[in-house]
Amino acid sequence: MIDPIALFLLLLSASTPILFAALGELVVERAGVLNLGVEGMMIMGALSGFATAHYSGNAFLGFAAAALAGALVALPFAILTQFLMSNQVASGLALTLFGLGLAALFGKPVEGVKAPTMAAGPLGLNWIVWLGLAMVPAIWWFLNRSRAGLILRGVGENHDAAHALGYDVRQVRLAAIAFGGAMAGVGGAFISIATVLQWTEGMTAGAGWIALAIVVFSNWTAPGVLAGAWLFGGVTVLQLRLQAAGVRVPVQLLSMAPYLATIIVLVAISARQKFSRRAGGAAPGSLGQDFHALR
Amino acid sequence: MIDAAVFQAKGIGKSYPGVRANDGVSFTVAPGEIHALLGENGAGKSTLVKMIYGLVRPDDGEMVLNGQPHHPADPRAARAAGVAMVFQHFSLFDALTVAENIALGMENPPPRRELSDRIAQVSQDFGLPLNPARRVVTLSAGERQRVEIIRCLLQNPRLLIMDEPTSVLTPQEAELLFATLRKLADQGTAILYISHKLEEIRTHCDRATILRGGRVVDSCDPREHSARTLAAMMVGGEMRPIDRSGRQAGDVLLQVRALSQPAPTAEGTALKSVALTLRAGEILGIGGVAGNGQDELLAALSGEIRSAPGTILLEGADLSRHGPEARRSAGLLAAPEDRLGHAAVPDFSLTDNTLLTAGARKGLVRKGMIDRAAARAFAEAVIRAFDVRTPGPGTAAKALSGGNLQKFVIGREVMQAPRVLVVNQPTWGVDAGAAAAVRQSLLDLARSGAGVIVISQDLDELLELSDRFCALNEGRLSAPRPTDGLTLDQIGLMLGGAHGMEVAHL
Repeated sequence: MIDPIALFLLLLSASTPILFAALGELVVERAGVLNLGVEGMMIMGALSGFATAHYSGNAFLGFAAAALAGALVALPFAILTQFLMSNQVASGLALTLFGLGLAALFGKPVEGVKAPTMAAGPLGLNWIVWLGLAMVPAIWWFLNRSRAGLILRGVGENHDAAHALGYDVRQVRLAAIAFGGAMAGVGGAFISIATVLQWTEGMTAGAGWIALAIVVFSNWTAPGVLAGAWLFGGVTVLQLRLQAAGVRVPVQLLSMAPYLATIIVLVAISARQKFSRRAGGAAPGSLGQDFHALR
Repeated sequence: MIDAAVFQAKGIGKSYPGVRANDGVSFTVAPGEIHALLGENGAGKSTLVKMIYGLVRPDDGEMVLNGQPHHPADPRAARAAGVAMVFQHFSLFDALTVAENIALGMENPPPRRELSDRIAQVSQDFGLPLNPARRVVTLSAGERQRVEIIRCLLQNPRLLIMDEPTSVLTPQEAELLFATLRKLADQGTAILYISHKLEEIRTHCDRATILRGGRVVDSCDPREHSARTLAAMMVGGEMRPIDRSGRQAGDVLLQVRALSQPAPTAEGTALKSVALTLRAGEILGIGGVAGNGQDELLAALSGEIRSAPGTILLEGADLSRHGPEARRSAGLLAAPEDRLGHAAVPDFSLTDNTLLTAGARKGLVRKGMIDRAAARAFAEAVIRAFDVRTPGPGTAAKALSGGNLQKFVIGREVMQAPRVLVVNQPTWGVDAGAAAAVRQSLLDLARSGAGVIVISQDLDELLELSDRFCALNEGRLSAPRPTDGLTLDQIGLMLGGAHGMEVAHL
């Protein structure tokens, strides 16, 4: 029999990488930018974090390095889309491919080495899990209660109006993209440092894409992102338990289950047309659009 | 008088590549004055106020505000100096609440609860009811403008700039706006009022500065001049009066019976048993505030949306289930509101754009092959007949100015000799000269025996053109009334009065 509390604690761990990445992307999209490069930023974070942790012997230093690497690798995307007016979809896809390739190249020296051990936090959970959970109310508060968050939402909702009121649209978006990169980096590093405990090429395995889907599914809210991440994490834990229990279902189908479940829920919710702006849907009005100020 | 001026511009100039938007513009606004900036599209009004509000920097000249030199680096600096602005296209954030929108327009907004109290206070003082917790997307155009105005008022501006504020309002809402402005002016605020609506400037403004081609051409007391002379100053010559003569109502051409249609999108409006009859030689005007079903009605008539059988009949033939191409062949043509993107493909040349609607009727497409020579000839004919200012038919549609593209789009339909032509907002954002040409072409078309339906939010235009007038309100079409003797007040009531006049629950 599966102990529900133990299962829930496992769920918290399993959902952490996606929670970080999706919260970061939530802020980016609320600022009106669609960054499809989440997967690329996660894998770069996974590698940099793991390598730093391995060579320094300090896992927390690894997470800091992962955040920095995620933000740095997001910077070319920011410059391309915000200053050179490149297409956001194409640039984001390029960022994913770029990140995956670069990480595979630089990752060769740390293949097969082990991650340093980390001191566990309360309930035996990794401190990063707690940090992720704390980020949910923090980001909710930032978006809905702080002045800076209001400006960020304004920029994402109508960049022309924000510009007309004197806000620097590109500066806000630049900051949001860097933050999204840092969050994705930490999410990726959690996989390599705290879950798998080693570096493998392509180890993020599509988590970045699920994070992107969850942002939509969450209706662009922080609590919604948490729900989506738990759904994905929950099905992941469950299917691993089922695999371990030797259920007579092909492993491939079980491995597919978390992705499938997330997508089905996403489609079901979208089909209910909940995203009408009048009904309270929150898709940012300027999402994915280029901003070109006339001076 | 000069020391008492709130704002003074001295020789302001601004150039864009290829255009001198402003050249040596000087004028003075006194405290408590409602000062009109009058001019056609492209006369440089918007550039001028953007400089005062810090969105654009002038190339030369200087500005003085309250005796201090005024050269704001950005709108925040302008706001700090006491300038507030209500934009032509509202600078509001749809998904945010009224209070959040107002907070974004302030330098140092107070905490939320205090801000809500102050919004309630100001809206009560000025008789502008507004609920701070409502999301802007659910507000009517008049209510949205109220948000912008209250956002300005909370900053106690010395100079309030209003950029064509009444273009989206019902007459009652416009009256309410002017009452507010007068109250503000009486408290000493100077108001700079941009418009090309001559009547409202004549009734409500104390002074007018007239711009043409980026220069100040005249300055006067608008109350002492007729709308005709003001128009002449604005355009720099006499306007040819519209010729309405020589039309006779003939047989019934178009019949719409009990046309009901669910809203095509979540933000759209459902049509509710719309009925109308259109005779040959007649122009039917359909008025209404934007978003009351205008786009949906045009789509149902053009064939973009198909309706139940028996709802749309052209000369007795049921076209309800036919698409746009079949309806064009039968003689029912339409020109939608959005000229760039709906009526014309922005990146296509004018020649290619003629093919989109005139392919069959003018024989520009034969057996699936395009007859380029014929298409080019037709485009040239439209350009000539409608005085479209463009280098030639090979020019991309997006390179034309709004007025010229509108002349082309209307001309393309008119020159196909339709039996019935439906137009939506035919002169929206078009300067006075081009607007007059478009209107005259619609009258000429009706004189030749066609029926014309004009959907518009410009009531003066509807009164000028149409023989009968209907109001479209929340997807319902009122019974038609003859335009002769119809006053703006009566029309206002037909449109449903001022929307959202009920006192908000604060």
